[in-house]
Amino acid sequence: MYEIRIHSRGGQGGVTAAKLLALAAFRDGKHATACPFYGAERRGAPVVSFVRIDDEPIKVYSQIHEPDLVIVLDTSIMDVVDVLDGLRADGEVLLNSAHPLPGCNGTCRYVDLTGIALAENLVIAGSPILNTPVLGALAKMGVVTLPSAEQAIREMFTDERNVKAARAAYEELKV
Amino acid sequence: MLTIATGNKAVADAVKAAKPGVIAAYPITPQTEIVEQIAEYVTAGDLESRYVPVESEHSAMAACIGASVAGVRTFTATSSHGLLYMHEMVHWAAGARLPIVMANVNRALGPGWNTWAEHTDAFSQRDTGWLQVFVGTVQEAYDATLMAFKIAEDERVLLPMMVNLDGFALSHITQSLDTVEIGDFLPPYHLPHAIDTENPCGYGPMTGPADYFRFRWDIERSMRDARGVIAEVEREFAERFGRSYGPTEDYRCEDADVIVVAMGTLGKEAEVAIDRLRDEGIKAGSMRLRWFRPFPDLDLAGRDVVVIDRDYSFGFGGVVAHAIRSKTGIEPYSVIAGLGGQEVTYNDIADFVRNRRPGTETWFGVSDHV
Amino acid sequence: MTNIVERSVTNLSAIPKEEYLYKCTSACAGCSSSLCLRYVLKAAGPDTVLVVPACCTSVIQGIYPGTAMNVPVYNVAFAAAAACASGMSEAFSAMGRETNVIAYAGDGGTVDIGIQALSGAFERGTNFLYICYDNEAYGNTGMQRSGSTPLGARTTTTPGGKPTAKKDLDRIIAAHNPPYMATACSAYPLDLYKKVKKALSIEGPKFIHILAPCPPGWRYPTEKTVEMGKLAVKTGTWILYEREFGKLSISGPSRAAMKRPAPLEDYIRGQGRFKNLDPATLDLMRQQVRQNIERIAREEEGVC
Repeated sequence: MYEIRIHSRGGQGGVTAAKLLALAAFRDGKHATACPFYGAERRGAPVVSFVRIDDEPIKVYSQIHEPDLVIVLDTSIMDVVDVLDGLRADGEVLLNSAHPLPGCNGTCRYVDLTGIALAENLVIAGSPILNTPVLGALAKMGVVTLPSAEQAIREMFTDERNVKAARAAYEELKV
Repeated sequence: MLTIATGNKAVADAVKAAKPGVIAAYPITPQTEIVEQIAEYVTAGDLESRYVPVESEHSAMAACIGASVAGVRTFTATSSHGLLYMHEMVHWAAGARLPIVMANVNRALGPGWNTWAEHTDAFSQRDTGWLQVFVGTVQEAYDATLMAFKIAEDERVLLPMMVNLDGFALSHITQSLDTVEIGDFLPPYHLPHAIDTENPCGYGPMTGPADYFRFRWDIERSMRDARGVIAEVEREFAERFGRSYGPTEDYRCEDADVIVVAMGTLGKEAEVAIDRLRDEGIKAGSMRLRWFRPFPDLDLAGRDVVVIDRDYSFGFGGVVAHAIRSKTGIEPYSVIAGLGGQEVTYNDIADFVRNRRPGTETWFGVSDHV
Repeated sequence: MTNIVERSVTNLSAIPKEEYLYKCTSACAGCSSSLCLRYVLKAAGPDTVLVVPACCTSVIQGIYPGTAMNVPVYNVAFAAAAACASGMSEAFSAMGRETNVIAYAGDGGTVDIGIQALSGAFERGTNFLYICYDNEAYGNTGMQRSGSTPLGARTTTTPGGKPTAKKDLDRIIAAHNPPYMATACSAYPLDLYKKVKKALSIEGPKFIHILAPCPPGWRYPTEKTVEMGKLAVKTGTWILYEREFGKLSISGPSRAAMKRPAPLEDYIRGQGRFKNLDPATLDLMRQQVRQNIERIAREEEGVC
């Protein structure tokens, strides 16, 4: 079972990113679950979502304590949340960042999802949309296939710019 | 159609397929998405129901009662405090023999405010005369909601039914969902005692002890008959749609020395714990209790039993542990866990089995073997 | 629904002879609310369902399996009448049926425990008629004070007289802007009959507030029950009016009474519940009656 933890702030689309990722994995023929962890938080507070992908039906409902992959949609969270907590020794990290961050080395990747969203003018209520471009980056990392990522985005959104943004992230991410 | 959905969306989709005449509901976390989705279906014309946006849960159930007896299929959804607020009408619905279907998204009760999973809300309605089923997956939430209408509306039952799903853990998780073309699975709504102004009757007037007592026995008789109806409907559902359910979901129980009994999502998580324990050579199995009312007969003889209660009856014990004890005579190891959404993993459940002490009670993470 | 021609009834003999409330009720001697119900049902006719919360009518209809009612009566919990009627009305509408749904509730079930459901049903625009028959206390349980009990009235829970005024239910209802609302009184059955007819000819939430004097509760001889209602109107304590789409018109019997109201003492004197009323309370009651008359008169003139 492949376990992913997504860190974001309320309103940034982390919950939808988890759903999109599960849908893409599902379209790849895998079993997948997406589960947001809801606290009493409101817009702007750090939130976490969990995605599990497996070849077998998934019966686990508890939180992910030892993720294979950590995704950080807002690196400012790293000041207040230990995003690497429990990360497996062979685990990976994907940051929404234009630059590598100090202390985050090895299997830590970064891609400027915010810049990609802004370039496509993917903005809702003043916030760049991160949940669709991140799917492209995850496709590049091999978590899901690119066709399934695109299909999942089209199933949930009608605006084709979301697919373009995902492709841009796919191109930009270095692996 | 095969897709993915949350538990809440699955319930709303089943309601859409069942086409109730009237849906009356009031929002409450974590159930709100059900009524939001239904309101969207009604507004878009995908569901031809009357959506009555009542001002409280008490009124939600009262409106369902009025609509049901007038002669249409009805549905509502609630959770936690909402369920408790409608408690009086929950009794009324069963006493009035109205096959109302309600989704209850299990949630803890304040104070303090806590919106996470717990079963105390549903168990507080234990003695109302409602059928109660607890589901463990998004697919099952859909299937059980569809079946609920058929079971409740069966003339041998004519009692309301509650479909319980764990708050957030199931209501908000996204899993695969296979929606079906229900065809004639649900017959048209027919209530033998529906209001007929050409044949006026009094409903629920003052009633003396002899008649009142007989009416209560009628409820229990129907509750007993419901076991057979449930089995019939679950069998028909399996034949038509290929998914079968029973009073419990048993996992690796055949040769088990110890069986974990749990409900809802913890009952599914327990299956992962069982696999781990089996790998260690411990012959463990799990029994996810689906039906709470009518309470099924359980085959647990000769085994150790670990009961996980996501509830508590203060001054007495875990509600499920007590039910197991009184129904089977077995003294279980009673674990109280997951209250207010407490995190309980398959590793924890495996530990409950390893450290079991039948006859004692443990408040997980708080107080052991008390 | 009834058309305009059918509602024009000018004398009691024009009221249908059909009875929907039989003579075998369990009502108290001199009960005015059962008298009202008789006329309400005559106006509504047979295609009517009555929704009744806990109140005197729960008892008046008789004990199972008997019933004094010749229309379906749905008995429901105390706070639930308006909500239950909401669901029923929606269901009938969904089935294409035009059955009248009438909630018939006492004052406790309306102004106190039932007011939330009532307010919700009116805000939602439910197509039904809500009738509150007001005997100004919890009569069914032996006369405890309700929010509708008037200032100074002794009840079993206000043995020294109620220290606060009667809740102004009608202004609460008016704040929902219903298409039709009216007051009525058991002593004026023709007026009540016409108002029920008119209410049922209008789509949406309708409200009628009936003052229903209660011999055991108000402590007056049973044979005075009609007279007590007349005195309530003649003294201006109870004003008969209707408000159709926001336009208020004062009904005949009150029109005269408001110009020259009879002394309040005429109404109070015969009621044991107002025994030993202190002069200050009586004075306050007079002021309230006067203010009420002025307010209603101003509204009809279009001044307020």
